[in-house]
Amino acid sequence: MRRLAAVGLVAVLAGGCGTDAAGGTTVTITVFAAASLTDAFGELGQAFSAEHPGVRVRFNVGPSPVLATQVLEGAPGDVLASADPSATSRVAAAGATLDTPAVFARNSMEIAVPAGNPGRVAGLADFARSDLLVGACAEEVPCGRLARRLLADAAVAPAIDTEEADVRSLLTRIEAGELDAGLVYRSDVLAAAGRVEGIDVPGADQALATYEIVALDGSAAPGLARAFVALVGSGVGQRILADHGFLPR
Amino acid sequence: MTAPRLARRRAPRPPLVLVVLAGTGVVFVTLPLVALVQRAPWRQLGSLLVRPGVVDALWLSMVTAGAATGVSLVLGVPLAWVLARVEFSGRRVVRALVTLPMVLPPVVAGVALLFAFGRRGLVGQWLDTPLGILLPFSTTGVVVAQTFVAMPFLVVTVEAGLRGADRRYEDAAATLGASRWTTFRRLTVPMLAPAIAAGALLCWARALGEFGATITFAGNLQGRTRTLPLAVFAALEGDREAAIALSLVLVVISLVVLLALRDRWWAPR
Repeated sequence: MRRLAAVGLVAVLAGGCGTDAAGGTTVTITVFAAASLTDAFGELGQAFSAEHPGVRVRFNVGPSPVLATQVLEGAPGDVLASADPSATSRVAAAGATLDTPAVFARNSMEIAVPAGNPGRVAGLADFARSDLLVGACAEEVPCGRLARRLLADAAVAPAIDTEEADVRSLLTRIEAGELDAGLVYRSDVLAAAGRVEGIDVPGADQALATYEIVALDGSAAPGLARAFVALVGSGVGQRILADHGFLPR
Repeated sequence: MTAPRLARRRAPRPPLVLVVLAGTGVVFVTLPLVALVQRAPWRQLGSLLVRPGVVDALWLSMVTAGAATGVSLVLGVPLAWVLARVEFSGRRVVRALVTLPMVLPPVVAGVALLFAFGRRGLVGQWLDTPLGILLPFSTTGVVVAQTFVAMPFLVVTVEAGLRGADRRYEDAAATLGASRWTTFRRLTVPMLAPAIAAGALLCWARALGEFGATITFAGNLQGRTRTLPLAVFAALEGDREAAIALSLVLVVISLVVLLALRDRWWAPR
């Protein structure tokens, strides 16, 4: 028991450094990523580790404004990738970034319905039906703002039943069939292919989410942080993002 | 009467190690609260607390926590009585099961409630299509989540009260020909009033603070399912001042409840 506690303590104190199974030193970098980036960044992390042996990438995934707040409150991280330029600017304005944030991808909105479309949803107008359970992201996060803009442009007064903190928790509810429809990103529909179906929204190309990335000032490994940012912007990174349904910057 | 005075005079100084560790414990628990108070926007507090979203959350929390306490009283007091007074095999298992939500992560409780009462859930699928009852994303769903999490606090408190109560009164009532139901109604419940009140207060406070099960099971919508803790969570993303103000409200209410309990819960006699 005592030894276990000691190992735990060492692990905590060591933070980003440790030893891998082969005895070589490993470094871990932490990337704060918007919820919608979960799958694409998982793959980018693997690509990064392949390029930099001994470097592990771990992710702190959440709503973009929350990530910005965490960084500003001193949460240790190396890279911030957000779906909300205002969140990134807030961090940059406080001097917590190494460089100027750069746009690396965009995303468009789609209606997601559970497989089989039990609510027979055809378009945005169905969001006004009170016999359906429909969801959207909270207004504080980009997917919530974009959803409201699209609904307003289509002159639909939505009867929303829940406002989710981030797009992934909304997607989970649609996958589970607890909601009949929700407005999520195209990349999310792709990530849950088979469990949800996507329905195109007119004007979606006029309401895009903008993703920005930047290396953080608090990084213990600024070289690696910048290398990760570079990978995301590179041909390899852009291809991975495109495979996951993101639009080019 | 002399014994306590003697004990007090002879009480040796508490060991320094224990005092230092206890002090560290107090600081550890109090420090985050001090930090919260220190960040509080005192000047705007009044205006923050009358915003529509805040008023909605306050009202919804009062109503749902009150309803959850009501349901818990109706089901929980008989449950405590059965656990304390009826011998049956499997009693320990039943007690463990009904107190499980006290230690279960609330988000797990929320997922379990979805599997039970969600639209595709065990019971929920029958509630949905034939009956048209939908618990998730409704205010009733909030009460269900709060009751699930908070009722054990009432059961545990009332059962402890029953175990501490003198059974001879109940035995005497039985000897005098009172049925068990009459005894329960006319004797046990009035005798237990302090324990029931303490349990209900504790249950209400726990329901008021419920977050994980509520957001998982009932969703998050202003005026319908966004209770105080959910409003804090929602405000943290945008309006931090409001989040801190709401947190202060929760801290003050909880503190008042605990002071009102005056050691009753953790020092049952």
